[in-house]
Amino acid sequence: MRVGGAFRARWGRTGRAARWAAAGTAVALVGGGAAWGVGVTADRASRVETSDQRIAVVDGPRDDQRVTLDTTFYRPAGRADVPAIMLGHGFGGSKRDIADQARRLARHGYAVLTWSARGFGGSTGEIALNSPDYEVKDTRQLIDWLARRPGVRLDGPGDPRLGMAGGSYGGAIALLTAAHDRRVDAIAPMITWHSLADALFPDAAGAGPSDGVFKKLWASLFFTGSAGRTACGRFLPSLCEMYQEVAEKGRATGSAVETLRRSSPSSVADRIRVPTLLVQGQSDSLFPLDHADANARAIARNGAPVSVVWFQGGHDGGDPETERIEGLVLDFFDARLKRRPGAFDGGEFAVTRAGGLDSSTREVVVEEATARTYPGLSHDPVRLPLGGGEQTVYNPPGGSPASISAMPGLGSLGSGALGAFGPVGGPLAAERPGQFAVFDTRPLERPVRLTGAASVRLRVDGDGPLFAKLYDVAPGSGGAATGGTATLARRLAAPFRVSRGQDVTVTLPAMDHRFDRGHRLRLVIATTDLGFATPAEPASHKVRVVSPLTVPTVRALTTAPTPVPAWVWALPLVAVALALLIVLSGRRRPAPARPQDSDVPLEITGLTKAYKNGHLAVADLSFRVEKGQVLGLLGPNGAGKTTTLRMLMGLIHPDSGEIRIFGHRVSPGAAVLSRLGSFVEGPGFLPHLTGRDNLDLYWRATGRPLDEAHLDEALQIADLGSALDRPVRTYSQGMRQRLAIAQAMLGLPDLLVLDEPTNGLDPPQIREMRQVLVRYAAAGRTVIVSSHLLAEVEQTCTHAVVMAGGRRVAAGPVAEITGSGRRLEDAFLELIGETS
Amino acid sequence: MTTPETAPETPHATAPGPAHASPAEPEPEPAPVAASEAAPEAAPVTASEAVPSVTAYDVRRTLPLRVEAVRQFRRRRTLVAFGILLVLPWVLVVAFKAGGDPGTGGVPGLVDVATSSALNFALFALFVSTGFLLVVAVALFCGDTVASEAGWSSLRYLLAAPVPRGRLLRQKLIVALSYAVVAVVSLPLMSLLAGTVAFGWADVELPTGGTVPVSTALGRMAIIVGYALVSQLVVAALAFLLSVTTDSPLGAVGGAVGLVIVSNILDAVTALGSWRDFLPTHWMYAWMDALQPEITWTGMVKGAAVSTAYAAVLFALAFRRFRGRDIVS
Repeated sequence: MRVGGAFRARWGRTGRAARWAAAGTAVALVGGGAAWGVGVTADRASRVETSDQRIAVVDGPRDDQRVTLDTTFYRPAGRADVPAIMLGHGFGGSKRDIADQARRLARHGYAVLTWSARGFGGSTGEIALNSPDYEVKDTRQLIDWLARRPGVRLDGPGDPRLGMAGGSYGGAIALLTAAHDRRVDAIAPMITWHSLADALFPDAAGAGPSDGVFKKLWASLFFTGSAGRTACGRFLPSLCEMYQEVAEKGRATGSAVETLRRSSPSSVADRIRVPTLLVQGQSDSLFPLDHADANARAIARNGAPVSVVWFQGGHDGGDPETERIEGLVLDFFDARLKRRPGAFDGGEFAVTRAGGLDSSTREVVVEEATARTYPGLSHDPVRLPLGGGEQTVYNPPGGSPASISAMPGLGSLGSGALGAFGPVGGPLAAERPGQFAVFDTRPLERPVRLTGAASVRLRVDGDGPLFAKLYDVAPGSGGAATGGTATLARRLAAPFRVSRGQDVTVTLPAMDHRFDRGHRLRLVIATTDLGFATPAEPASHKVRVVSPLTVPTVRALTTAPTPVPAWVWALPLVAVALALLIVLSGRRRPAPARPQDSDVPLEITGLTKAYKNGHLAVADLSFRVEKGQVLGLLGPNGAGKTTTLRMLMGLIHPDSGEIRIFGHRVSPGAAVLSRLGSFVEGPGFLPHLTGRDNLDLYWRATGRPLDEAHLDEALQIADLGSALDRPVRTYSQGMRQRLAIAQAMLGLPDLLVLDEPTNGLDPPQIREMRQVLVRYAAAGRTVIVSSHLLAEVEQTCTHAVVMAGGRRVAAGPVAEITGSGRRLEDAFLELIGETS
Repeated sequence: MTTPETAPETPHATAPGPAHASPAEPEPEPAPVAASEAAPEAAPVTASEAVPSVTAYDVRRTLPLRVEAVRQFRRRRTLVAFGILLVLPWVLVVAFKAGGDPGTGGVPGLVDVATSSALNFALFALFVSTGFLLVVAVALFCGDTVASEAGWSSLRYLLAAPVPRGRLLRQKLIVALSYAVVAVVSLPLMSLLAGTVAFGWADVELPTGGTVPVSTALGRMAIIVGYALVSQLVVAALAFLLSVTTDSPLGAVGGAVGLVIVSNILDAVTALGSWRDFLPTHWMYAWMDALQPEITWTGMVKGAAVSTAYAAVLFALAFRRFRGRDIVS
């Protein structure tokens, strides 16, 4: 099934493991690439020169740690004075992951430096999580290195024109380096964090990370993903110990929060003053959209221009939109580094939205909506009352089974488009019975497009972490939250911690989601989530809402119509033009009529026809037939008789010469053919129709009035009796023959051409036929009979044309051809050169 | 084109006729000369020169559509094709009834919701027929039309009637396409009828989840059938081109079906990348884009562009080829 196949493809794609390691750059690993060493290889096809080198740096809190970084430098061949871009890789990756993107940027005129961060790939050192003491110092020394490279444009001594970009881990280093080093001129961080502490210990009630809910699944993937010789792999031992402590407790410690904050742009956001393009994923449970929002607001506060883009992908999977995002980044750098302001005019805010599924490409159609200004996450709110009174939810002992929202490492189940209309129930139930409370709005009277983070005020009697989620409930049968028509919007959950008896304002996950007319918004408060640490002791909470649901909207976001490729319009136009050319070219102009010949039934002059295989069927044939004649066309097999008659009917184009009937030149479909009745090379009837219907429909096809058909006379000649009303396929050869001659005589044409008319007829019928032909000509019409039965010609015809090898060998009255006292047979054999 | 010229009636006596006509035989009365010559430069047949006979020939009246439709309709081939298309929905109904509920679980597809309503059933019937059955039906009507006449030798008599070649093709094409349209439309219509009897009317359940009310769904159905027709144009055009090229009806029909098969095989070669967009069958299922809460038009627009572009060129080639061809069948 096509549709089924499409969905299988989607499920398979989102199920890819360890998506986050690729860190949103979503470029395929490039095989091979550049060789180790300092050899310079010029890629001729792309005109990009690459060189690999290990760059020694010194870092650490006391600047005493020596680390060598594995780097690759790409630059467009033959161009000097180009701006530079430093491209960082994602967590768990290396410089190789971003080789393709680097090459593409270089091809557009940038010197690109990629490096494996300390602790990754071929670089030495240990992972310090983008610490200002370690990684930031490393990148600053890479900038020093860049400034010394020939061909890199400098804004001042030691200050290259520099942009930084990268996804996730590589995005955070861009933000942090921009804060610590004034030489960075523009940054384009993707799917990265604002505060690592908030990302790993989120609290949607706004209490901060120290009491946040531990995002255990993501954290474990983060810290143990590179495990090697030690439990923490290449992490700094202090970081490893920190993780082990918080993972064991399931709660943040003060030192952990402090360490994570130092690795976060949030700690230095007031120092980032460069133009920034923030790209954040809508399928991202690790660094949700609110991290980009916090970064954007902090940088904008410093007076720097900021643009925010929400795309379909993210750490959970979804459409990476690689081409679109890379194009945006390139435009951004063109505008900021090459100082071409017109290159980037996307406005401050762009959201890509999943439209329908294109069943042919099996991909979701993604539309882009843009707004001039960045609206934030709580713009223009709509308040929707929530129904459902106080409900009690239970925390299961051991915190298991847990409800499921996003699945780190597996990608989110049904993220992206499928999340928008795929079933949520099925094999993986999202919610566990007894563990969740449900609050529904009324069915929407008009669609609501949520853009930002919805919020609601709750009163919870209890203590512990809870999870707030927003479902889209389609009208119909779906009753429970696990029903087939309730969809967890974006599969995101907002964890928050409550203390006894307190009202809390919970900010739900930020997203862009359209709730259709008739749908309901459903707030679900659950006690467990597989991705988070929840307490093991059983508990119960009474939950009720004390405010309407506040749903932010951004009406200024407008979607440009999805452009279709130019070929969609060009192709049919070109095709139609081509079609006209094909049809109109090579038309033959009909020759003018010769009125003075209009009483000459047939005149053939210089007629020649050679078939494609080279066989010369008719060569320079000329003869003339006068009114009232019965002309016999004689010749052995292959003499060209039938070819001549076919040309006479306009079925075959002569190579040269012409045929004129009553002065009009014969061409395919020439009107004068209406005065010709023909029976050539056997009958041609529709076998499924009766003889009568065949004649009737044939006559109707000629378009002439029925009363001109003289059908009765024709039928008399056919002499078929009752067989006339049987299908033709039941006829004998002779019956078809007679019917065909009758068809030729329909309308009593002025010129009647019959090819072997007596084949298959019995002697009385032959005799009858002979009389019919003689009488026909006697009425002032003309008959041409082609035959090899010489006796018949002798008895019927007044004139004869003898052909052999495509040529006329004799013509004239039959009596003249035979001479006196000779039989036609002798004369014929003599003429065609086979004298006995 | 035509310059009808009414000449004065020609008395029989002015025609030079030999006097030995047998009085026993029915002597046809010569028709009055109502000259109508198709060629613009053809001189009017003046009374003194005219042979008394039929001249009320008007190219615009040759091979009327009704006549061609009747010629084609009584063929067993036509009746069998329609028979299959009209019986298939009932066969499917029996299959669903006999087989019980479609399996649940796994990925959703049109088959899973086929029995939920008449419209769903019709969509399913269309889905299973688009790839092959409708292709064969369309190829049959368009591929057989000229080739079979050539096979029966009736083509040459039509052309000598004379039906000008361009007009013959035009009339045959209109009739063949009309039959193809009726065939493609009859399947969903009969499916609606069969589905109504078997499963009743209800909102359409989309395989992607959600439902569409009947009023909207009927409009969607019209879009789907319309697109299915447009996407089959390329098959029709190729079959028609083959039909004027070969004298074998089977060859023409088989050739067109073969193209669809080859195109589908190439379409499976993902290494071809975006080149597959220009394969004639790549967009054949794009009508399923209308089976979503919001219709996605891009696929259907692209498919229509590709199909009409191919069809225009192929039809043009058919006309060009038939015009210059020597009819030797």
